[in-house]
Amino acid sequence: MKKSIITVVGKDQVGIIARVCTYLAKNNINILDISQTIVDGFFNMMMIADTNNASKSFSILSDELEALGKEIEVQIKLQREEIFEKMQRI
Amino acid sequence: MININEVIETNRMIEKENLDVRTITLGLSLIGCETDDVEKTCANIYSRITERAKDLIRTGAEIEKEYAIPIINKRISVTPISIIASSCAKETDDYVKIAKTLDRAAKDVGVNFLGGFSALPAKGMTKSERLLIESIPQALAETDNVCASVNLGSTKTGINMDAVALMGRIIKETAYLTRERDSIGCAKLVVFTNAPDDNPFMAGAFHGVTETDAVINVGVSGPGVIKTALKGAEGLDFCSLCELIKKTAFKITRLGVLVAEEASKRLDIPFGIVDLSLAPTPAIGDSIAEIIEAMGIEKVGAPGTTAALALLNDSVKKGGIMASSSVGGLSGAFIPVSEDHGMIDAVNAGSLSIEKLEAMTSVCSVGLDMIAIPGDTSAETISGIIADEMAIGMINQKTTAVRIIPAYGKKEGEKAQFGGLLGEAPIMKVNNFSCEQFIRRGGRIPAPIHSFKN
Repeated sequence: MKKSIITVVGKDQVGIIARVCTYLAKNNINILDISQTIVDGFFNMMMIADTNNASKSFSILSDELEALGKEIEVQIKLQREEIFEKMQRI
Repeated sequence: MININEVIETNRMIEKENLDVRTITLGLSLIGCETDDVEKTCANIYSRITERAKDLIRTGAEIEKEYAIPIINKRISVTPISIIASSCAKETDDYVKIAKTLDRAAKDVGVNFLGGFSALPAKGMTKSERLLIESIPQALAETDNVCASVNLGSTKTGINMDAVALMGRIIKETAYLTRERDSIGCAKLVVFTNAPDDNPFMAGAFHGVTETDAVINVGVSGPGVIKTALKGAEGLDFCSLCELIKKTAFKITRLGVLVAEEASKRLDIPFGIVDLSLAPTPAIGDSIAEIIEAMGIEKVGAPGTTAALALLNDSVKKGGIMASSSVGGLSGAFIPVSEDHGMIDAVNAGSLSIEKLEAMTSVCSVGLDMIAIPGDTSAETISGIIADEMAIGMINQKTTAVRIIPAYGKKEGEKAQFGGLLGEAPIMKVNNFSCEQFIRRGGRIPAPIHSFKN
């Protein structure tokens, strides 16, 4: 299964995870794992998701997540997992 | 499974440290396009390029989006034109016509540079090669996206000093014909010794005859990532410092491998090589000079600079080799003056001279790159500078190059401005004691003793 990574970075506030998860559920994207941490005072969240059965193309999902991020004043990125696998694993 | 800190690190490299893929270069053979008629040859070349490269830009953009990794340039390199046009080009105008065809093809498929307007007279020069070389000034003045290169020597053949002498004059003429734009034509012209067949970087990219029909080569970049890694390494000894650079270079290279494999799969064109070069840009933080300075050298050019560059270059290669079995091209650290604000600062501060840059090129790729010199520098002096650089490459069995800009009408201390990725360059001092009699001897410097290995 090809996995995708969603990252959310910004100021912590009420409802960030809820908004992102609602969007993912609406588009039939399954969340496999969620983790979060604080770096330099910023909220960092990472989700590993399965976008294979999503109702929209990767490119549209990526644009819409970015737009959602702007709306709630955080940065949201959707990336294929291979970039991290390739760089971080031998 | 990937953890959040690894994701944060990768994205920090991309967002904050200017990590990017510098170029996806489609190497394309034009063999088979030859005819005995210039118009027909041009038509063949145009259709070969536009058909084969039609999806290059779109595919590059898709990969950029899916991995959120910037791919700065999509480019094309072709078989050296002096080979393809040898049976149809009768005069320099024919070559200019072909250059314009290449320019049109590049623009129509949307690539910003196309390399391969090239000749390889490393030992002897064919009539066709001479015509191509003589057409370079006009060809570069009348096109925007075409890059020219000439291989003047190799460890195996020695140095073709007739060609070196000729290139001094050609560079001057190119500078004159593009004088309205600070002699920008010379920024699209590079001379080599030991030119590689699979280099994805401009201006020297061409698709060598040892290559297959079409191939995807990728050049990665990441001076900013290495510099950031060195920030927390103030007290480290040299072995530990090298270890740190190796690990970082590994990650950078793997990114290149990923992009190359994806592009190759999606375009259905075999993956050639990843070029491990660290290539700076004018952006702050994306500088080779800053890496050297982060190692503890006050200003690049100070004593210790060559050693620092040597360990940087070697460590990048060691990390990169571990990351990919298909490494090629130039693979080293580039030290272009105009494209690296740290180098420009060092020149302006009086720390960096052409002579020091020459010493630095003996331990890194690729050579004297994007160096602006006074417009009144003589053709023979330029040939002398080229000959010195070619000698370093020939003796040390490495690629060296010269991309030098005698900026027309400009004097030492002034600035040549090219804009974009080419940046701006301070006009550097040249040693003007004459080498005219030496250059005028003509002929060839024989191959060095260590070329006889058979």
